[in-house]
Amino acid sequence: MTGPTALTESGSDTDELSVSLRAVTKVYDNGVVALGPIDLEVCKGEFVSLLGPSGCGKSTALRLIAGLNAPTTGTVRLSHPAIEVGGRQSIGFVFQEPTLMPWASVRDNVRLPLRLARVSMAEAQARIDGALAQIGLADFADAYPRELSGGMKMRVSLARALVTDPDILLMDEPFAALDEITRFRLNNDLLALWRDLRKTVIFVTHSVFESVYLSQRVIVMTSRPGRIATEIGISTSEPRTEDFRTSAEYAGYCRRVSNALAPSYPGQAGP
Amino acid sequence: MNAVDTPPMVADKVARDSRISRWFRILLPVAVLAAGIAAWQLVVRINDIPPYVLPAPSAVFQTLVQDWPVLWQSLLTTLLTTAEGFAAAATGGIALALLFNQSKWLEYSLFPYAVILQVTPVIAIAPLLLIYLPQHTAVVVCAWIVAFFPVLSNTTLGLNSVDRNLAGLFQLYGASRLQTLRLLKLPAALPFILGGLRIAGGLSLIGAVVAEIAAGSAGAGSGLAYRIAESGYRLNIPRMFAALLLLSVAGIVIYGLLALTSYLILRRWHESALGKET
Repeated sequence: MTGPTALTESGSDTDELSVSLRAVTKVYDNGVVALGPIDLEVCKGEFVSLLGPSGCGKSTALRLIAGLNAPTTGTVRLSHPAIEVGGRQSIGFVFQEPTLMPWASVRDNVRLPLRLARVSMAEAQARIDGALAQIGLADFADAYPRELSGGMKMRVSLARALVTDPDILLMDEPFAALDEITRFRLNNDLLALWRDLRKTVIFVTHSVFESVYLSQRVIVMTSRPGRIATEIGISTSEPRTEDFRTSAEYAGYCRRVSNALAPSYPGQAGP
Repeated sequence: MNAVDTPPMVADKVARDSRISRWFRILLPVAVLAAGIAAWQLVVRINDIPPYVLPAPSAVFQTLVQDWPVLWQSLLTTLLTTAEGFAAAATGGIALALLFNQSKWLEYSLFPYAVILQVTPVIAIAPLLLIYLPQHTAVVVCAWIVAFFPVLSNTTLGLNSVDRNLAGLFQLYGASRLQTLRLLKLPAALPFILGGLRIAGGLSLIGAVVAEIAAGSAGAGSGLAYRIAESGYRLNIPRMFAALLLLSVAGIVIYGLLALTSYLILRRWHESALGKET
């Protein structure tokens, strides 16, 4: 398998890099060019959004970074090997759906990555409790997924991604199916987590507003084949709060990003 | 529906209606059964039909009590065969499905023969098996042939219907083949496997009965089906009915037990075992 390889040339300048994609393309078996070629570099601790219309290959890019699919050409490099011993994982992945095992309790769902890495239950216990506490679900450890609301399921999914203490958090439209109020709350919680943990986050979304609110850098993609159209840095005073959502600065960024995105939707007028 | 929004009196009425309809679902079939038996008894009594043509229900019941030692022994024999056939079908079907799941080549090579075994009527195979195998083994093999296919096809379906993203997650975390099988594929397939087993339970009884009848005409045998055949030759019609009744009850109990097992295993998480109101 030609998945992601470690960045071996560890010069001081590459030290900062967490993920790097060089001339990466993905062509599916049926001949559809899903992605690329794209170049993308994400620094350690950075929060980057991939924004684009459906079918622009942003989810494909995420799966390539995770090593779930191999690129057709080009290289995907991570600062750490994808799997390390002792249940530490360089990558946490959150899917669009919660993707929980319906037959397992919340605790067992969160435990899964540790179990697969053969971490003993005694050692896992503290980490599971920690991850559940981080996302505010400590009281629901013994519940089953079907007993939870959509937002809570997504939190469990997030806890599962965090339990291995990954360096990189890959999120594939994680909040797209949630109602607006739940989504806003999870946005805030995610930002707070990111401030505390300083993970590298690559966040795929098709919402302009979500991408601007969350990320330091928005990467706008075009569809068929998926390419990077432009990058827009979001620099505002940290920490961001609900006030940012209603500020003129935020509205300005949203307009810029929307305009950048407009060519990706041919036949439709800009905002 | 949100019960909080509805006035208490309406909610009470709804609850009462559902209770009544539940009682009707039990009472109606029982009433039909009672009426049927009464009509049967009446027809036999009024027309004075001799028991070797059509025994009255009371005569059947009487035979059941009188011949209980013989019938009970036969019932045990048939149940044992059924259980052995069922166990063989369950292990064989699940094991074969697991093998097929691990190796496509094996599946392509063997699956057509599983289908052939399934579509060939077991009543036609039974006499052949009785020639080549000891009698008891032949009967168990018949039960197995009839019952294993639903387990095999259901398990295969279950193993193939694993959530794609969950499979990706297991891949991401470097799960071994065995871990993926044990922690992902088997639990995901469990509802399907249990569905297959529920069908297999009834089928292994049918397989056992068919083989017993085939074996019975060849000589030895003491299962319930053999009793039916034997009683037929002797024109002991009440005993035929009594044995038939026992077979029906055995089938119902087997199905009920398997359905209960399935419910108990799945009730925490699977849609099929959840109440309708959630």
